[in-house]
Amino acid sequence: MSNKLTNILVPVISVILGLLVGAIVMLVSGYDPVQGYIALWEGIFGDMFTIGGTIRQITPYILAGLAVAFAFRTGLFNIGVEGQLIMGWLAAAYVGYAFELPAIIHLPLAILAAALAGALWAFIPGLLKAKLQVHEVIVTIMMNYIALHVANAVIQSISDSGEKTPMIHESASLRSTFLDTLTDYSRMHYGIVIALIMVVIMWFILEKTKRGFELKAVGFNQNASEYAGMNVKSNIILAMVISGAFAGLAGAMEALGTFGNITVQAGFTGIGFDGIAVALLGANAPFGVLLGAILFGALKFGSLNMPNVGIPVEIVSIIIALVIFFVASGYIIRVLLERLSKKKEAK
Amino acid sequence: MEYVIEMLGIRKQFGSFVANDNITLQLKKGEIHALLGENGAGKSTLMNVLFGLYQPEAGEIRVNGKKVKISDPNVANDLGIGMVHQHFMLVENFTVTENIILGSEPTKKGIVNIKDAAKKVKALSEKYGLNVDPYAKIEDISVGMQQRVEIIKTLYRGAENIIFDEPTASLTPQEISELIQIMKRLIAEGKSIILITHKLQEIMEVSDRVTVIRKGQGIGTVTTSETTPNQLAELMVGRQVEFKTKKAKANPKEEILKVENLVVTDYRNIEKVKGLNLSIRSGEIVGIAGIDGNGQTELIEAITGLRKVKSGTVSLNNKNITNLKPRDITESGVGHIPQDRHKHGLVLDFPIGHNIALQTYYQSPIATAGVIDYSKISELAQKIMKEYDVRSGHGEVTPARALSGGNQQKAIIGREVDRNPDLLIAALPTRGLDVGAIEFIHQRLIEQRDKGKAVLLISFELDEVMNVSDRIAVIYDGQIIDTVNPNETTEQELGLLMAGQDRKSNNGQVKEGDE
Repeated sequence: MSNKLTNILVPVISVILGLLVGAIVMLVSGYDPVQGYIALWEGIFGDMFTIGGTIRQITPYILAGLAVAFAFRTGLFNIGVEGQLIMGWLAAAYVGYAFELPAIIHLPLAILAAALAGALWAFIPGLLKAKLQVHEVIVTIMMNYIALHVANAVIQSISDSGEKTPMIHESASLRSTFLDTLTDYSRMHYGIVIALIMVVIMWFILEKTKRGFELKAVGFNQNASEYAGMNVKSNIILAMVISGAFAGLAGAMEALGTFGNITVQAGFTGIGFDGIAVALLGANAPFGVLLGAILFGALKFGSLNMPNVGIPVEIVSIIIALVIFFVASGYIIRVLLERLSKKKEAK
Repeated sequence: MEYVIEMLGIRKQFGSFVANDNITLQLKKGEIHALLGENGAGKSTLMNVLFGLYQPEAGEIRVNGKKVKISDPNVANDLGIGMVHQHFMLVENFTVTENIILGSEPTKKGIVNIKDAAKKVKALSEKYGLNVDPYAKIEDISVGMQQRVEIIKTLYRGAENIIFDEPTASLTPQEISELIQIMKRLIAEGKSIILITHKLQEIMEVSDRVTVIRKGQGIGTVTTSETTPNQLAELMVGRQVEFKTKKAKANPKEEILKVENLVVTDYRNIEKVKGLNLSIRSGEIVGIAGIDGNGQTELIEAITGLRKVKSGTVSLNNKNITNLKPRDITESGVGHIPQDRHKHGLVLDFPIGHNIALQTYYQSPIATAGVIDYSKISELAQKIMKEYDVRSGHGEVTPARALSGGNQQKAIIGREVDRNPDLLIAALPTRGLDVGAIEFIHQRLIEQRDKGKAVLLISFELDEVMNVSDRIAVIYDGQIIDTVNPNETTEQELGLLMAGQDRKSNNGQVKEGDE
């Protein structure tokens, strides 16, 4: 079997297998899987509204996935995407409502603020890792909690109601009447364009630039990188900072697109953590992350429609998890395919 | 039946690649039987067949005259075959005893019985003079000791026939001579040994017979006492090999490297280089001879900027380069073949082409305005791989990890020499390589010298130092204690110097033969 064919077949079979097992779960629990999957399909592609919603859901997943993937590619495990995202969200929401500027300045400024906030939040674990060899996993996890509660405290102190920040000005918004009319007020926004640009930017940094070469080398082998004259410490810090900036941008999507403000959060958004799964699904490659985010976001959003045919959200969560589980364990399918083609050859 | 193990006409194929073809090896009871072949000749495959990790496509295996099918390593163990692997299979933070019993833990009422096992380990250790502490942790003992633990592991499991896979690859010279003693003791106790190696000297020293394989083919078996290293090398490589590297007389000119009163500390802040002086001129190779751990590593790291100098100076072409950054030192004209090619020399997960560009990726013509032109990297890699005969499966895009040690090393040498440095530092440049690759590398070093470059060679192998160098500087306890001419010295004299004996104090008398 040719390599190309296997590469296409593996994810397709994975998704089918996941859906099959999901169907069994529905059957066993006494629900109609056909009805359930029709509802899922319609929840994703049913009409302009759901398509808009799906794209909106995918947008922050792309950026969170890029954040995790970028760190992975440079030898770091950034579990702090969640916290960096919250800080980015807060920064964008603040700049969005606190200033009154023309859109051409205001929107980029708010986006930049989000990226900077995320970068700054990731700079701390990067610095600690580079200078004191403190493991970034521990620091980033803790920074998540700090981010959550710091953000809540800031929101409470600057808002009148104590629950949420005022809405951002039109000039900082990613929403548009054009998209609203097109997608039947689905909350879809232009953030998807930014996310797609970032996919290309990550690819460009890693695969084309001198700095990307160094970041990857340091990620693989610090000793050899130092021997080759690279500055290991600054590369570690920079890798975290770039990863954090992607995460901050994911937050900007929520602030400037979906919600227009930031509300006191009872818990984590989950996007940052799902970003880990997205990155792994995409094999940490920029375009892979895009595909992973599409799968993840589509399932997440589309499944919201399944309770409409009587399937409880808990079952829906299990089905989503199964599909992703099978895609992630594509290795098993790869091995099975290889065995099958070997047997054929033997015959 | 005089043979304890017979492998007759073994053939093993991987896809279309024939790793072993019609190889016959017969091990007599109580002999040390060497298995000789270049890297990649199929030695490990053959032994993995014997150990049950691979199944042969043709041929048969007999143990004590009986035909057997070794389907997995447990069967091999039951047949009394044990293997001491080149890369030890030990759990670092377990004790010696825990490692030895791992997988077949003796129990008393369901609880692992370490005490009795430790006693047994101690008894075995004493019987064979291995001097192993059953309660020491693996991470605390030397590489040589770890190897002895592997030996005891096979004995503990009742091995009668022990396979040693490249056992001396990571040992110091003393550890090697101790290992040879251990092997002889094992034989005296009635064990039989298969020794896999490509080091001819060891074969001549310990083995009774040698089976040679070349490119997967069994070439034949010879009796060691009836052969010579030259003959063995020819059998192994398939052509005449020059041991004594040919070179013209050195013609040293101006001073390139000058090290003065250098003091360097190691990671624990203990002084390892203690006021060292060294000078190398263009057109000469200076070899540093010394026992591992006498400051060689720290000296190289200090010259190349990888380690901070505590005091003293390093100058290159009369320019002070002390404590500059590694890249500044590299750019001022230093090439460095590092002693650990996996740790420092290569990014193993990068393609070999990227590795070849590891010192030049940021310069023109590869990089312009921060963007790399990867086609330029490919060009450079292809050029160097052709020039230095670096062989890989898929050209320059092959991951460095997938290349053999010899080819990895040739790529590193190509990378360093291609930049045309005034000073080339070669640290253990032939470690773990076979004679063909060693010959190639030595010629390249001499070529650099003849081009008027300065070469600093660090090696633990005395014959390498004596063969290649124009001057030998002996390092002992962080200082160069003497400099000798390789043509006027002997291994014995060097050995004494390396052990810290002063040549001048007894030189005259030794020559007279009294004292």
